[in-house]
Amino acid sequence: MDEKTKSGIIHDILKSVKLNNGFYVWMAFLTVSLVFCLTAYYQQLTTGLGVTGLRDYISWGMYISNFVFFVASSLIGMLISSVLGLTGQKWVTPITRMAEIIAFAFAAVAGLVIVSDMGRPERLLNVFLYGRFQSPILWDVTVVTTYVMISLLLFIVPMVPDLAIAYNNRSDLPKWQRLLYKLLSLNWIGSEEQKALLHKAVRILLILVIPVALAIHTVTSWLFAVTPRAGWNSTIFGPYFVTGAFVTGVASVIIAMYVFRKIYHLQEYIKDIHFDKIGKLLVLVSLVYLYFNINEFLVPGYKMPKHEAVTLHSLFSGGHAIMFWFVQLAGLIIPIFLLLLKKFRKPTPLLIIGLFVFVGAWLKRYLIVIPTQEHPFLPIQNVPESYTFYQPTFTEICITLASFILVLIIVSVLAKVFPLIPIQETIDERNNKTESHEE
Amino acid sequence: MEDNKEPKENKRREFLKTLGIIGAAGASGAMALYFGQQYEKIKSGKKVRLLTVDNKVVEFENGELKEFKGTTEDFIARGREGIPGKSWVMVIDLAKCRNARKCIGACQNAHHLRPEQYHVNTLQMQDSEITSPYFMPKPCQHCDNPPCVSVCPVDATFKRTDGPVLIDNERCIGCRFCIAACPYSARIFNWFDPKDAEKFANDPYDIELNVPQKRGTVSKCLFSADRLRKNELPYCVSNCPNGVYYFGDKNEDAVTNGTTKETVRLSTLLKDNAAYRLMEELGQEPRVYYLPPKNRLFPFPEEENKKDNHV
Repeated sequence: MDEKTKSGIIHDILKSVKLNNGFYVWMAFLTVSLVFCLTAYYQQLTTGLGVTGLRDYISWGMYISNFVFFVASSLIGMLISSVLGLTGQKWVTPITRMAEIIAFAFAAVAGLVIVSDMGRPERLLNVFLYGRFQSPILWDVTVVTTYVMISLLLFIVPMVPDLAIAYNNRSDLPKWQRLLYKLLSLNWIGSEEQKALLHKAVRILLILVIPVALAIHTVTSWLFAVTPRAGWNSTIFGPYFVTGAFVTGVASVIIAMYVFRKIYHLQEYIKDIHFDKIGKLLVLVSLVYLYFNINEFLVPGYKMPKHEAVTLHSLFSGGHAIMFWFVQLAGLIIPIFLLLLKKFRKPTPLLIIGLFVFVGAWLKRYLIVIPTQEHPFLPIQNVPESYTFYQPTFTEICITLASFILVLIIVSVLAKVFPLIPIQETIDERNNKTESHEE
Repeated sequence: MEDNKEPKENKRREFLKTLGIIGAAGASGAMALYFGQQYEKIKSGKKVRLLTVDNKVVEFENGELKEFKGTTEDFIARGREGIPGKSWVMVIDLAKCRNARKCIGACQNAHHLRPEQYHVNTLQMQDSEITSPYFMPKPCQHCDNPPCVSVCPVDATFKRTDGPVLIDNERCIGCRFCIAACPYSARIFNWFDPKDAEKFANDPYDIELNVPQKRGTVSKCLFSADRLRKNELPYCVSNCPNGVYYFGDKNEDAVTNGTTKETVRLSTLLKDNAAYRLMEELGQEPRVYYLPPKNRLFPFPEEENKKDNHV
C-alpha cells in the first residue's frame, strides 16, 4: 500500500476526534436530561423505594429487568472481539472497538442500575464487609466488576498503536487530548518487540474475557434460577440468558454501526458487506435463542403444572400476552425470516429490524422478571389492590432512562475522543490484501 | 387473653428496664456501670447522686439522666445467639381458625407495622374447586433450610440455633433477594418510612423484635424472639381467641396452646391429627406444622370466599 492511501485512511478515521459544536450540543442535551432524571433518584432516596410501583409481592421490577438487559447487552464485546476475532473473522475489524465501547458502557452502568434498586444504597460497602460467598449477588458483584475492567482494557490496549498515530498526525488537537493520546500510547513506536508484546497481551485478554462474560450473565440468571419460584425455577436459565444476550448485543451494535457510519461518514470503512455479515450473525444468534425459548416455554407449557400454569397463561393469553407475542414475533421470529433475505440485510432495513430486536429484548427481560412474582405459590390477599400487580411509576421510568442516558454519554465520549475504527489494523489488513493479490 | 395490647407494652418496658437498670451490666459484660436503685435529688434540684456497682456515690446533672434500655449493639450481639437447648416449633390447627385476625393485630402492634404489612397473614384457601375452603394463618415458616438466608449477600437475615430466622435491619442493604427467594411470601419491605418512625427514631434497635423498623429494609415474622427470651408465648399465639396456635420446644416434645394454655405432647398432636407442612416438596423444612381443616368449628362465609384471591 502506498503512503497516500495510508495517510488517507488515517485522515478519514481521525477526522471525527476533534470535539465540535454538534458534539457539545449533544452532550449538553444528554447532561440536562440526566440531571432531570436524577432528580427522580433524589426523590427515591429521600422518600424510599415506595416511589416505585414495587410492593411486597412484586418486589423486583423495572430496575432489575433493566439490570439484566444491561448485563446482556454488555456481552457483545466478548462475542465480536473474542469469539469472532479469535476464529479469524476479518470482517469484524471495523466494529470491534465499537463493540468494546458498548460492552464497557453497559457493564459499567449495570453496576449503578443495581444500586438504584437498593433500599439502602449507603450500605453498599456491607457487601464487601459482610459478604457471604453463598449468595449469587456476591458472585455477580465480583464478575461484573471484573468484566468492566477487562472490557476497558480490551478497549484501550488494542488502541495503543492508533493513539500513537493520532498523536503524530493531529497536532491541531487541544493540549489535553494530545496529552491523553501520548500517555495512553505508552511510547509506542511500532517496533517488532512492541508488536509481539501487544499481540500477546490482546490475545490473553481476548481469551480471558470469554469465561468472565459467560459468568456474568450466567450468574445474573441465577439470581432468579436459584429461587424455588415457579417460572424462575429453571435449569436452562444460564444458557437461555447468555444466548439472549447475544441477540441484544448484536442489535445494539447494528444500531451503533448505522449511527456512527452516518455521522462520522465512515461509509468507506463500515460497508454494506459489514451490515450483510452482522445481519447473518443476528439470524444465527436469534435461531439459537429461539431454540432456548421453545424449550423454556413449550416444555412447561406441555405439562402445565399448577403454579407455572398461572404464569404461562398470563403470558400466552392473559394480561401479558400482547407484550409476550410482540417480543416473540417482532423481536425474534419475524426478524429471523426477514434477515434470511439479502435485501433486508442492507443498512436501513437492518437498522429498523435491529431497533425492534433491541426493544423486544428489553421487554423480554421485563417478562422474565415480573409475571412470575405476580403469581406466588400462596394467594395475595388482604392487601391494597396496588400490591397485586406491577405498574412502573414515572419516577421509576425516569431513573431507568437515566441509566440509558449514562450509557449514551459514555459511548458518545469514548467514540468521539478516541479513533472509532482501528487504524493500524485496517492498514495492516489492507496491506495483507494487496500483498496476497500481488502474489 | 392476659396479654392484650396495653400490658404487653408495659411488659416490654418492664423487661427493658430490668435489663437496663438492674441486669444490663451482667448481661452484656460491656457495661461497667449501671445506674442505681436509689437516687436522691439534691435540694437545689440540679444534681442527683447515684450508686455505682462498685459502691461509689457519683453525682450527675439531673437533666442528663435517662432510662437506660440497652444498646443496639448489645441487642444484636444477644439476638444473633439462639437460646441454648431450645428448638422452637409452631403448630396451627386449621380446624379452629375463624379469621378473627387477633393474631395479626397483636403482631402488627408489637412490630410497629402498618395495616397492610403482615408478619402473619390469614389467607382464605381452597385447594381445588369442590374441596372445602378454610382459613390459614401464615407466619414465616422458619425453615431449617431457608432459601432467604442462603441468598442474603450480607448475612443480614440469619438462622438461629434455636430455630427462628431473624433479620438485622442495621445491616440489611434492601436488595430484596430474600423476598424473591421466599416461596411462602413471608417477607415484607419498608417501602416508606415505617409507622411512627419519628416517635421511635432514637430507640435502640431490638433485633429480636425488629423494632424500630427502618425504611429501605426487610421485615418478617420473628417467632416473637423477644418473648421467647422472656419465656413467653409469641404475640400471635397468646392473642388467638380460638385456640388455633400451639407453640413450644421440639426438644421437650411439648407445645402449649396459646388460648387454653394447655400443654400437649408435640409428637402425639402431630400424629393424631395427620399434621403436614406447607409445600413440603420444596424441601425448605419448615418449622410450622398445620393440622388439617377437618371438622371445622365454623361455617365459611361463602360470599367472602374467592374475593381478593389472586392466584
